[in-house]
Amino acid sequence: MDLNNFQSLAFFWPEILLTGAVLLIVVIDLVAAEKRFLASVALLGCAGALIAAIDLYGAPQGWLFHRMIVLDRFSLFFKVVSLVAASATIWMSMGSDEIRRVPQGEYYTLLLTCTLGMFFMASASNLLTAYLSLELVSLASYVLTGFLPHNRRSSEAALKYLIYGGVASGVMIYGMSWIFGIAGSLDYAAIQQALASKADLNRTALYIAFVFILAGFGYKIVFVPFHMWSPDVYQGAPTPFTAFLSVASNAAGIAILIRFFFPVLSRPIASGEWAFISGVEWPHVLLFASMVTMTLGNLCALNQSNLKRMLAYSGIAHAGYMLMGLAILNNEGLRAILFYIAVYLIMNLGAFLVVAMMANATGSEEIGSYRGLAWRGAVVPAACLTVFLFSLTGLPPFAGFIGKFFLFAAVLREGGAFVILAVVGILNSVVSLYYYAKIVKVMFLEEPDPSDPAIAVAANGLSLLIPLAVLTVVLGVYFSPLAQYAGGSLNFFVR
Amino acid sequence: MEHVLTYMTFIPVAGMIVVLLLPAASHNLIRWVSAAFTVPPLLMACWLFVNFDPANPGFQFVEKAPWIPAYNIQYFVGVDGLSISMVLLTALLCFLCIFASWGIDRGVKGYFALFLLLDAGMMGVFVALDFFLFFIFWEVMLLPMYFLIGIWGGPRREYAAIKFFLYTLLGSGLMLLAILALYFTSEPHTFDMTVLMAQANRYGTQVLPLWPFNELRWGFQHVVWMALFVGFAIKIPAFPFHTWLPDAHVEAPTAISVILAGILLKMGTYGILRTNYPMLPAATADLAFWCLGALGAWNIIYGALCAMAQKDLKKLVAYSSVSHMGYVMLGMATFTTQGINGAVLQMFNHGTITGMLFLLVGVIYDRAHHREIEGFGGLAAVMPVYTGVTALAFFASMGLPGLSGFISEVLVLLGAWQKYPVLAIIAASGVILTAGYLLWTIQRVWLGPTNEKYRALPEINGREMFTLVPLGAIVVLVGVYPSVVLDLLRASLDQINQIVIPHL
Repeated sequence: MDLNNFQSLAFFWPEILLTGAVLLIVVIDLVAAEKRFLASVALLGCAGALIAAIDLYGAPQGWLFHRMIVLDRFSLFFKVVSLVAASATIWMSMGSDEIRRVPQGEYYTLLLTCTLGMFFMASASNLLTAYLSLELVSLASYVLTGFLPHNRRSSEAALKYLIYGGVASGVMIYGMSWIFGIAGSLDYAAIQQALASKADLNRTALYIAFVFILAGFGYKIVFVPFHMWSPDVYQGAPTPFTAFLSVASNAAGIAILIRFFFPVLSRPIASGEWAFISGVEWPHVLLFASMVTMTLGNLCALNQSNLKRMLAYSGIAHAGYMLMGLAILNNEGLRAILFYIAVYLIMNLGAFLVVAMMANATGSEEIGSYRGLAWRGAVVPAACLTVFLFSLTGLPPFAGFIGKFFLFAAVLREGGAFVILAVVGILNSVVSLYYYAKIVKVMFLEEPDPSDPAIAVAANGLSLLIPLAVLTVVLGVYFSPLAQYAGGSLNFFVR
Repeated sequence: MEHVLTYMTFIPVAGMIVVLLLPAASHNLIRWVSAAFTVPPLLMACWLFVNFDPANPGFQFVEKAPWIPAYNIQYFVGVDGLSISMVLLTALLCFLCIFASWGIDRGVKGYFALFLLLDAGMMGVFVALDFFLFFIFWEVMLLPMYFLIGIWGGPRREYAAIKFFLYTLLGSGLMLLAILALYFTSEPHTFDMTVLMAQANRYGTQVLPLWPFNELRWGFQHVVWMALFVGFAIKIPAFPFHTWLPDAHVEAPTAISVILAGILLKMGTYGILRTNYPMLPAATADLAFWCLGALGAWNIIYGALCAMAQKDLKKLVAYSSVSHMGYVMLGMATFTTQGINGAVLQMFNHGTITGMLFLLVGVIYDRAHHREIEGFGGLAAVMPVYTGVTALAFFASMGLPGLSGFISEVLVLLGAWQKYPVLAIIAASGVILTAGYLLWTIQRVWLGPTNEKYRALPEINGREMFTLVPLGAIVVLVGVYPSVVLDLLRASLDQINQIVIPHL
């Protein structure tokens, strides 16, 4: 299926609905005095887009808009992930004191624009759309990061993000121009064909090009050495947006990376196996990046005193785990990544939700302010955070364990040098337990001071928190449907 | 009683949920409800004991249901001679430890809820026959243990809890890799332990000409074996992975120390016998002497020497556990009927004896609020009944004939003598060291002139006696009539042994 612009619109409802919601918010913001409804409009827009996206599961796969974007199950999976993350973020924002102080209209407009960009990231099939979608997400993110008025940390984070992002995207588009020079096209399928058929390919040039492009994608997924921005940005940005950034932005980055590296820079050989093209052994680069990323992320997380910052470093470590699945270059690994993304979405959103709730109640994100939380009237958030943290560590019976289980299983099945990768992953899990358990320790094992305030838990937060915690436990024991969904989503439209 | 093992595993979980729903202030209600939920597993354990067919070496009371069919993961439980002794021990100690926890008065609800979860996790480990299920239970047990030590423990509880947690997680991480390796080499891919055992001979071993040991066999099987072994050795705990144990024991509340020494340590040796032996027999044959035999003998001596140096009564008992678990390792490594039966009997006996010892230390700690050996003296005159029970436990631990410890140690030494006389001699000298530190302790704490400070200590009370008497009775019963337990074990252990022997 290769459709022109008008035909494509029939398969473009999620994007259209989201765009409509953005425009509607702008208009309502201009005319209405009461801004409380803006969040509901945004939420409705997400719900509509979600329904439209699910509806597209019945549609045929193929190219839209003259091969600029692609419609397949893989892109739909990431659309669903972005929408779930966006809805949860909006829900979280509705109860957040931080967000109450910012201009509501702009906030939700940018948030939905960011989500829209992620849609394109997941479905780009042309280097041009890939670049544009990445920039759309980035630009909205820069603004949202610096959205807290009169907060120096927020402004500083936005500036850092902007500068890092600008450099990364510059490097990336330079790499893309090399690819264009080598392959003579920006279209993914055409690049793949050119690379596969050309015999006198300049390997060095190709290598340079792909390392440059990796820099651009790697900066979105936060893997070492492109991670420097993330701790500052995570800490400085408003907490609901940090949650969004940590899951949705990461997922979209993984999506664009997979689509570029798998269907473009390698070719499917047998069922579930891929071979890289013309001597550019990028899996080895990813193998190395994966080990360094998870180790560095975990080691840096050990000493953090700010919970958001710690979660940023742990997010780096999780990006490293996900890279494990990419490095082994087979469908088993990709399936494990998709499952992991879904699980990571649930547990990380939950963790940030608790951070946001506690920031509302105590005005602090320092780990020290969580002292004796369980004994200060917040036993439910404390217990839920414990579930999320242990799940992030990868302990059964929580969903995070199953996610890691699939990743390790895929890596171990590949055998050979990859066993070392699995061992490094296991050692890293042990390290990560130390800092995750530190928070649990602070909440449960330490006695509160008499000076520590009692905490009133907001119902808005609990209404999302408890389902997330329950899901984390349920998916740890009964995960077949999600695993099947993730497996079924690994369906690229490759031609 | 078709689903007896499932009931035994999940009734405590139901208990946990009920306890969580009770009002937090009604402490006594919570205690009694928790106790009530440990009674059915105990009764079922008795029923199992009566209905178990000792002549059948295979798995009995098996339940099997698909759980995650896409990955061939099953809910699969069953017991054989090896696991039934541990199931009995778990049901009994969990029931008694509820009563030993009666004095907990802070966060009562949380304590008993976590305790019941711990109970379920331990039971699950011993009955699981699917490797995935086994691993889940193995890890499930970690979480409550972390909190139980970390919230209700002694002054350095946080350090002890996290150390225990990190050590065990490292071990289970390696174990997970080994489990996955076995899964992917089995055909079709399965976690079913019985199938993995049946396919034990499919893993080849390469011979590596490694100087100076020419003809060292080393292959896939050995790597997997070592990964599993390290995971289990941390739990045993075998030197040099034992350092978490004294910390955890000293800081844990009494009942948790009992569970830790009585049940958790057994999971290490149980795991080796359940998985390493029948699934990787060739590697077992190659590595058992060094990893189990020699290390076991070293554990006996090292643990005893460390115990001798302790000033804290609880630490002394903790190190004596390190020493006594050495007998289990040594016995397993002999591949003789006596040795391996002795090893499993020692697992059972150590559970009851150490349980008694920790309960007794708890009794005195509750009264004097310290455990310094040098701080007491002449307690026999103040608390005669207590002293009598203590003497029984200490003598059993020492291996006095007529009490249960003697039988298992002698069986282990008999087995060791046939196979590795040198190790047998070393291990036997450990018996002398054990007698040394235990008698010396009795002398310092219970005999001699009475310390005036403790002249008014109250005698052991009825609740405390209630927790000790059943264990004491078992110690005496197994001491004079060991067949009660040995008959259960024999057939299954012989079968496990027969898998390995051809590879020796």
